[in-house]
Formats: sequence, structure tokens, C-alpha cells
Amino acid sequence: MKLTRKDFLRVLAGSAVAVGAGTLVHAVGSANDRESAEAKNGKKRWGMAIDLQKCREEKGCDLCSRACHRSHNVPRLPDPAHEVKWLWNEPNGKVFPFQQNDYTRHALGETVPVLCNHCTNPACVRVCPTQATWKRGDGVVMMDYHRCIGCRYCMAACPYGSRSFNYVDPRPHLGAPNPDFPPRTAGVVEKCNFCEERLADGKQPACVEACPRNAMVFGDLNDGNSPIRQLLSGRYAVQRQPELGCGPSIFYLV
Amino acid sequence: MLDKALKGSGRYWGWIAFLLALIAVGFTCYLRQLAYGLGITGLSRDVSWGIYIAQFTFFVGVAASAVMVVLPYYLHNVQQFARITILGELLAVAAVTMCMLFIFVDMGQPARVLNVLLYPTPHSMMFWDMISLTGYLLLNGVIAWVMLSAEQKGRPAPSWIKPVIILSIPWAISIHTVTAFLYNGLPGRPLWFTAILAPRFLASAFASGPALLILLCLALRRLTSFDAGQEAIRRLGVIVAYAMTVNVFFLFLELFTALYSGMPDHAEPFEYLFFGLDGKNGLVPVMWLSVVLALASLLALLVPRFRRNERVLALASLAVFLSLWLEKGMGLIVAGFVPSPLRAVTSYAPTAPEWGIVAGVWGIGALLLTIFYKITVSLREAN
Amino acid sequence: MGDRPLIYGGLCLFVALVTFPVWKGVAAQSSTKGPEVKAVVDKKQCVAPRAYMREAHMELLVAWRDGKVRRQERHYTARDGTVYNVSLTGTCLTQCHGSKEKFCDSCHEYAGVSAPNCWGCHTSPPAEPAKMAAAAAGEMR
Repeated sequence: MKLTRKDFLRVLAGSAVAVGAGTLVHAVGSANDRESAEAKNGKKRWGMAIDLQKCREEKGCDLCSRACHRSHNVPRLPDPAHEVKWLWNEPNGKVFPFQQNDYTRHALGETVPVLCNHCTNPACVRVCPTQATWKRGDGVVMMDYHRCIGCRYCMAACPYGSRSFNYVDPRPHLGAPNPDFPPRTAGVVEKCNFCEERLADGKQPACVEACPRNAMVFGDLNDGNSPIRQLLSGRYAVQRQPELGCGPSIFYLV
Repeated sequence: MLDKALKGSGRYWGWIAFLLALIAVGFTCYLRQLAYGLGITGLSRDVSWGIYIAQFTFFVGVAASAVMVVLPYYLHNVQQFARITILGELLAVAAVTMCMLFIFVDMGQPARVLNVLLYPTPHSMMFWDMISLTGYLLLNGVIAWVMLSAEQKGRPAPSWIKPVIILSIPWAISIHTVTAFLYNGLPGRPLWFTAILAPRFLASAFASGPALLILLCLALRRLTSFDAGQEAIRRLGVIVAYAMTVNVFFLFLELFTALYSGMPDHAEPFEYLFFGLDGKNGLVPVMWLSVVLALASLLALLVPRFRRNERVLALASLAVFLSLWLEKGMGLIVAGFVPSPLRAVTSYAPTAPEWGIVAGVWGIGALLLTIFYKITVSLREAN
Repeated sequence: MGDRPLIYGGLCLFVALVTFPVWKGVAAQSSTKGPEVKAVVDKKQCVAPRAYMREAHMELLVAWRDGKVRRQERHYTARDGTVYNVSLTGTCLTQCHGSKEKFCDSCHEYAGVSAPNCWGCHTSPPAEPAKMAAAAAGEMR
């Protein structure tokens, strides 16, 4: 049999495709290690209520934000475009853009803490192509920095602007790093994790602990007797843009 | 077959050298981006997708537009397209490759790209986009290869290729539909939240792709012995005329809905695009240039006397391509992020390294297309 | 056939390139003796048998990583019943192996393993003895 150069190249290309396809099939087949978070934590739904009246009285206070960022090694970057934020203050008009008018603007104040809403129906989780962000059974929307490919689809999907991307290496910008919480690497998305690491130890989130006025109340929304539920049943509370259907777990007492 | 690409004139090699230089520039810039991070680009926390993703979107359209020569020829037996269907299919291959590269250079962790396969996630539109784009690349690659091989041997193409070609028609529609779904299923991005986004994408695709094909056919005629034929080019002109009209009509529908309703969420991104918002007006000249080019091209395309003049048609095609490149390859994606969910108006402009990477991807696309067309033309010359 | 010199020249170049690492090693007079890796703290037993760890520590680390991040498995029970905190910095390095430089790198560099990207985020424990003691007491995550 005479093997022409063309035939040889053809066989070569064919083999390459076959090897590639085999790897692919194997990869797809062994995929999806079952994420059984649900099994462990089926009952709780963590949530937070923020008393805006107290925040209003402490205009400019950012103790919660500082505690959060210190505890999670959130970098302080010189370029505002590359900013990384987990919990920070925004003026009321930006947080509830279409819920104020010229007459109430002053009353609602300038200091509204915003963070990941840990939605019941999170758009970020829906769009993530690798399940690097997912929703735990207890309501915490998690990030797996090991799996994130940095496509930033979740940032486009989040209607609350809660997510930040590491445009540069954050490590030179940590100040005094907290050795107990790993910083992130360039090229991944990050956000508030509801202090998942503290919840595991039975502690309250760092922001809640840091607030001298106890303006933040954290607890189980599924437990009718929890302090957060007591608070929500007694006072008028709003969520950010509930009409979008994401179901935020952060409630603002106005 | 590939040997045909290795024999060419000095001009051919000069062009190849130029493209290789472009690719080298892009590659150098990409290495810098890889080392430093995407902070090297003009992207920010608020505008987190920019020219890479916008160019990706635009070139999905160019890729899908191959259907505009394949469909008339295979379903309606439009014989004038017999000689150029292969050009459309090869253009699709080059354009899809560019799309994939644009996605790749946009990734923060490119080394982890296979996670998309390792953890397949059907509820993510990006998963489906990957499937439709890869499928489309394979379909067109196989079709082009089989057709060119048959031509080389002077035999008719094997009969099994016909169903594959027919399959590529709905598949072309699918790639741009899924690409629209990437954007229009997101809460909190009102500019994209419109059911007409997929039809708009298709209309702009069927204008920009065939416009590029017209320019390529005219270039081939001037530079080589390959002549697509006056009638084929005229028919392409008619397709561009219809598609561009529909595209402008769709844009008008969007503007009417957003601006007449006066709903700030929907109106603000358009205000940002055409008039500027909060004193930030970087995209205003871009968008108005796009509008002027679109209207000028419509005038040239809709009057048959103008359209039949090949020089005018070439200019009109160039105007269509540029207009849509500005509108879809930049404005539409960037303005989706303005204002941000927290009402911030943030400007975005690509940086020099970002342009370098874009140029590099363009270089790769153009290089592929040059090689493909060189092979095709050489085969035709030999027969 | 005028191509002969070209063909043989190409073949020679190919062989030279393929065997380049060997020549480089010979020129650098590198030895084949491996590094001596020792745990800082005198413990007899790692979380798994030494042979397994030598061969498959990366798999164990990936299992720890995915377990902790994705399935809330924050504790690991070794075969001998000891329960460990799942933590690269807090358990592996702080309690036994000292630091990345002393332990991980010495082997990886010798074996030419291009650095695993753990250290893009995770840190080698700080050297202060106070911190070490605190970590040993199990306060470290």
C-alpha cells in the first residue's frame, strides 16, 4: 500500500481529533461531582435586616465596611476602576433609585450599606458557566475562586452591582493582611460571602459584630422566632428592586 | 490542498508578513495582559465587558451571515451564488475562530477555560453559546473541506454533505440567537432586556456579513483571476439593502419604546449613547457616526440606480460594515453597563494594549481567510 | 537528490533539540540526588501514609479544597482517627511542614514541577512563634 503525504497528514489529523474527542468525552463524563450542600443545610435561610434609621443617625460611619474588608483581605486599590468591594455605603438615591422623590430625598439619608443580597433566585448563579458561584442550602451565595474562569458573566447578570473583579493582583494592596483568610488572585470575581467562615464557627458576620449601634441584625429567615423575623414583623422593610424576581435576603428597615 | 497557500506572488507574501506582524503585536500585548491582569484594559468594576466581548458579538454576526449565500443557493437554487457559497462558508470559519479568540482573551483565568467542559452547566447561556459556536465551526469546516476536495478532484461532492449543509442553515440562526440570549435574559440590564435583541442581531448580521462578502468579492476580482460575477454581487447588494433596512427599523423600534415610554431605566442607556449622561459622552461621536453611515448606506442601497453601480455598492457596503461595527461591536455592549446598577455613569475606552490584542485577533482572522481564499482561488485557476 | 543535506540537517537539529535537557544537565553537573525534606514539627504521621502523600498529595489537597469550599466539609478524619482542620496554611504548613519555601518548593523545584497555583492566593504561615502556637491550639481556620 502506498501512503501519500496527504494520506499521512490526514491520518495524523484524524488521530489528533480522536485523541481530543476522547479526552473531551472523558472530561464530560466524569464531570459534576455532586454538590450536596443541600443535604447538610436544608432548613436555614440566612438573611439580614439593616436599620437605616440608625445608619442615618451615624452619617458617614463605615465601621461595618472596614471590619468586613479587613477580615476578608479585600484590597484597597489606587485605581477606582479596579475597586474591589464586599460591603460599602451608597447614598440612598443610588440604592433605591426610583423609590424617592424630591420631597423625601433628604429624609432617607446618605449612608446605606450595600452588599451581596444572597438572593433566593440569584441571576449570577443562573449564568455562571462553571458553577463557580452557586447557592448553598442555607441561602448563602458562594464563590469558588478555584473554579472561576473570570468571564465576568455574573457581574453583567447581578442587578445590584455586588460583584467585583480582580483586574490586578490584589496582594500588594492588602495593607495588614489577615492570615486566616486567603486573599484572591488576579482574574477572578469576588463578593460578600455572608461570613460563611464565621457562620461555620457559630459566629455572627463581622459587619454585624462591628456595628456599635446594632443596626445590622443577622439570622435565620425560616425561623419565626429569630430576632430578624421579630424585627421584620414589627417594622416596614424594603428589599432592593424586588420586582426583578431575584428575592434578596437583605432587608432595609426604613 | 494546503500547498496551494504556499505558492504566491510577492504581494501575497507581503500581505501575509503584514498579518503576521499584526499577530505578533497582539500576542505581545496578550502576554502583557496575562502577566498583569485585565487591569491593562479600559474595563472597570462598572463596565466589566468591553471591546473584546463587543467584537465577539459582532463577529458572531459575520459568521452567521454565511447563511445568506448558502440558503438561497441550496434551498432556492439561486445559481448566481454557486461560485461564492464556499466564500461564505470559509468566512464563517474564520469569523467563528475570531469569536472564540475574543472570548478567550477576555477571560481572567484563561488556563481554566476547560472548566466550562469539566462542569457543564446547561442553565448558563454561555454553555449553549460554546456548543453552538463549536458546532458551527465544525459544520462549516467540514463543508468547506469536502466541497474544496471535490472541486480539486473535479468530482461532484458526496451526497451526504447535502444534509450537513442544510443543517448549517438553522445552526447559523442558532448561533446568533443564543448570543442574543447571553444578554437579554439578564435582570437589571434594561438596554439588553428586549425580546427583539435576537432579531436585531440577525438583521445586523445579515447586513454586515454580506457587505463584507461584497467587499471581499470585489477585492478578489481586482487582485486575482477569481470573479464572483456581477449578478452574484448585485444579489448580495439586494440582501444587504433589505437586511440593513430591517436593522435600522428595529433600532427605531427600540428607540421609540424606550424614549416614548420615558421609563428612565430603558431611556438612560440610549441617552448615554446618543447624547451623553452626567457629562460622560465618549460614545456619542461613535454612535452618531454609525447613524450617519447607516443612513448614507441606506440611501445608496435603496435606490436601484445607485446600488447597481459597483463603486457605489462598494462604498455602501463599507459604510454598512463600519456602521454596524461601531454600533454592535462597541456601543451596544458598553452601554448595557451604563448606568450601573448603582446608577454610576462610567466611561470606557479601550487602551493601547487592548487595541493591540484586538488587532492581533483580527490578524489571525484575516490570515485564516487569506489562506482559505488563496486555496480556493488556486483550485479554481487550476481547473 | 539535492534535498539530502536539508533532510539530514533537519534530523540532526531535531535530535539535538530533543536531547537538549540531557546536555544541559550534563553541562550544569546537576546531581540526581533528591532534596532532603523534613517536617518542622516532629510528628510521625501525616494525615495519610507517607507513600500515599508522596504520590497523591495533590489529589488529597484538591479533595480538601473542593470539600471545604463546596460541601462544607471542614474537618478531615485520618485513618488513625485523628481529626484535622481542613486548611493548607493552618494545618499542613503551620502544624507540621513549616513553610512553603522549606517544604513544598524544595521538592517541586527539584522535580521541575512548575509551581502549582495554590500560592496565587494562599500564604505561607507567618514565622512568629505566637501565631504558630495559636494555630496549633486550633484557632486557625
